[in-house]
Amino acid sequence: MNFKNRDIISIHDFSKDELLSILKTARYMEKNPNTNLLKGKILAALFFEPSTRTRLSFISAMEQLGGEVIGFATSNITSIKKGETLWDTIKMVEAYSDVAVIRHPMEGSARLAAEASSKPVINAGDGANQHPTQTLLDLYTIQKVKGKLDNLHIGMLGDLKYGRTVHSLVTALSHFKPTFYFIAPQALQMPQTYLDELKEKKIKFYLESNLMKVSKKLDILYATRIQEERFADPIEYEKYRGIYKLDTSLLPNIKKDLKIMHPLPRVDEIDKSLDETEHAVYFEQAANGIPVRKALLALVLGKIK
Amino acid sequence: MKKELSISAIKDGTVVDHIPNNAALKLVDILDLKGVRGMISIATNLTSKTMGKKGIIKISGKDLTKEEVDKIALIAPHATVNIIKNYDVKQKIKVTIPQVINKIIKCSNPNCITNNEKNVITKFYVLNKDPLKVRCHYCERNMEKEDISLL
Ligand SMILES: [Zn+2]
Repeated sequence: MNFKNRDIISIHDFSKDELLSILKTARYMEKNPNTNLLKGKILAALFFEPSTRTRLSFISAMEQLGGEVIGFATSNITSIKKGETLWDTIKMVEAYSDVAVIRHPMEGSARLAAEASSKPVINAGDGANQHPTQTLLDLYTIQKVKGKLDNLHIGMLGDLKYGRTVHSLVTALSHFKPTFYFIAPQALQMPQTYLDELKEKKIKFYLESNLMKVSKKLDILYATRIQEERFADPIEYEKYRGIYKLDTSLLPNIKKDLKIMHPLPRVDEIDKSLDETEHAVYFEQAANGIPVRKALLALVLGKIK
Repeated sequence: MKKELSISAIKDGTVVDHIPNNAALKLVDILDLKGVRGMISIATNLTSKTMGKKGIIKISGKDLTKEEVDKIALIAPHATVNIIKNYDVKQKIKVTIPQVINKIIKCSNPNCITNNEKNVITKFYVLNKDPLKVRCHYCERNMEKEDISLL
């Protein structure tokens, strides 16, 4: 499998074998953390909106491999709209760097950037659409903590309607015969298009609003943040916020080897009392961003085949 | 067919037939026929064996391009396009919705880069032809018939 010069834009672009191949490279990277594999290579980190953790994770990954990073981080959306086109920015950056990572508030921006550049482009989040490196680190984490990806019972909790992370992960996991439990208030349930796709692929799923009804079946519980601005009525919000707050009262109702994930940052979805338990893997999950991003950088730069 | 065409036969040009009755005027609009010098005739409420009522458009002195025929397909998927030369049907084209639609339609997602960056040519993958369902190449959002608007 050759990823040289490949753009990493959407999880939809990757076959099952390609996903597995990236995860295998990430394992190699975790075992061999400091190499000079990317010495002399330059990463352009183009952050058109702030995302400190993703940006630092990419910078750290590149530097640990001996490469260098240039770029910018802006939080000023009007300067994007007034300034030069995305196309022109990418054309300019193309001349200065070997690979680019882009974070941009508009959907489709990363795809357009990839078309503008002859160098590989990695999407670090295009609006509400895709964030494939997050999805890959989620997959990597699941594979690592469960020892496999196939035939798992996976609960998704919280805001499933607007949650980009959840949508992409569902797409990626669909290659591995999962059973899904979508646990959310009805107003925030998985969009019908995703459910239709699962039906088409003959993947089993259950819609539930009460976590306790399904918690005993789960191998993975993926919690997400419920954002207040999603609710028209603040009283509604308070009601749901309480229901999905995970704490030690969950422990009698779960499998011994349930692993709890969260894309972070958390607000109060997961109580600190769970952090020290065997179930919490969310900090490890965040750390897995490094080997996964290293793997992608090395693969698209053709330094690992 | 012969008889119908002779209602107002044209010498050279294009006849678009089997248009859903309510779509004929809209079709004229999206085909943007302003620059055409020849006669354009539009008929609606014609009786059709297969469609009940139908519309027909005749454009003198213009052969429709592939891109224009694709536009027809989006609102009149069962239309036929007849290219006329010297009063004879020289070519009959059954319109088909292409697998990929370039340029013609606009993404319904206001936050899509195609609606915010200058000079991006839109591109959509056709997921289903009838009823029409497409996916934006850029923002990956699906659009169904009621959300689809032409550029
Ligand atoms: Zn779009």
